[in-house]
Amino acid sequence: MAEQVYFEDVEEGMAIPTLRKDPTTQQLVKYAGASGDYYQIHYDLGYARNNGLPDVILHGALKNAFLGQVMTDFAGEWGTLKKLSVQYRGMDIPGTPIYGKGVIKKKYQQDDENIVECEIWLEDHEGKRTTPGYAVAALPERGD
Amino acid sequence: MTQESAITPEMKAAIGIESDPVTHDVEKGAIIKFAEAIGDTNPIFNDEVAARKSRYGGMVAPPTFLRSMSAGPLKVDFKSPYSANLDGGSEWEYFEPIRPGDRITVTTMIADLYERAGRLGNMLFLVRETKYVNQFGNAVAKQRTTGISYQPPEDE
Repeated sequence: MAEQVYFEDVEEGMAIPTLRKDPTTQQLVKYAGASGDYYQIHYDLGYARNNGLPDVILHGALKNAFLGQVMTDFAGEWGTLKKLSVQYRGMDIPGTPIYGKGVIKKKYQQDDENIVECEIWLEDHEGKRTTPGYAVAALPERGD
Repeated sequence: MTQESAITPEMKAAIGIESDPVTHDVEKGAIIKFAEAIGDTNPIFNDEVAARKSRYGGMVAPPTFLRSMSAGPLKVDFKSPYSANLDGGSEWEYFEPIRPGDRITVTTMIADLYERAGRLGNMLFLVRETKYVNQFGNAVAKQRTTGISYQPPEDE
């Protein structure tokens, strides 16, 4: 497991470590099987095109999972993810890398918890933010 | 541009009516398969031996694992006039970890309904709220999703 991040170590404006993903059509099929979402626009090119789409596209929920991993990787074993929201503004297609990124917007203590609020997003290989989101996590303190 | 609303009184009447609950068993193998599908190698989602030594004392599910657990059909007849659907987004709130062996009961309802003109013509936005409760009666998570339905363009 990665090194634990502590509340004392983070500041507002600080970047969260970037997560690179390389989704493939095979991953979309695996995700369809694991999630039970068999909507054909994610693996049947003809079906996707008949629905006005340029290609098969990533499941929104898979992109949600990538952003979930951005947060669980960042918060570490002793951090707790409390909220995670994502909006699918742009489509992402398999075959090109996608980057999960984030920045800490707010840091405060509330009800005995050390809270960080983060702006998070997925960026395609051209730097376009296809999937903006927001997350709230509780972090441990040193000496807890 | 004016256009007749695609939202009928019957569709509006479906707002707020809960689906039948469906209870799902959380299987360790399903968690591992899900973590593998999303490409997350974190040991707490993949490796029971390593996870035993963690804060959780055993494996837990990744944050969006609950996508694999559906509620029952809505108790009301609800049908979008459009045949194509897109996922617009999700908002999750998490309350407790989900562990192998848990039994999760899922209910859902339509929380809101609205329409907007978009690049694919008139688009219908369907907001759903889904609740996940474990075998101890504790809410483990809530998810608010926005689904978008539209009429696919005609072939040229």
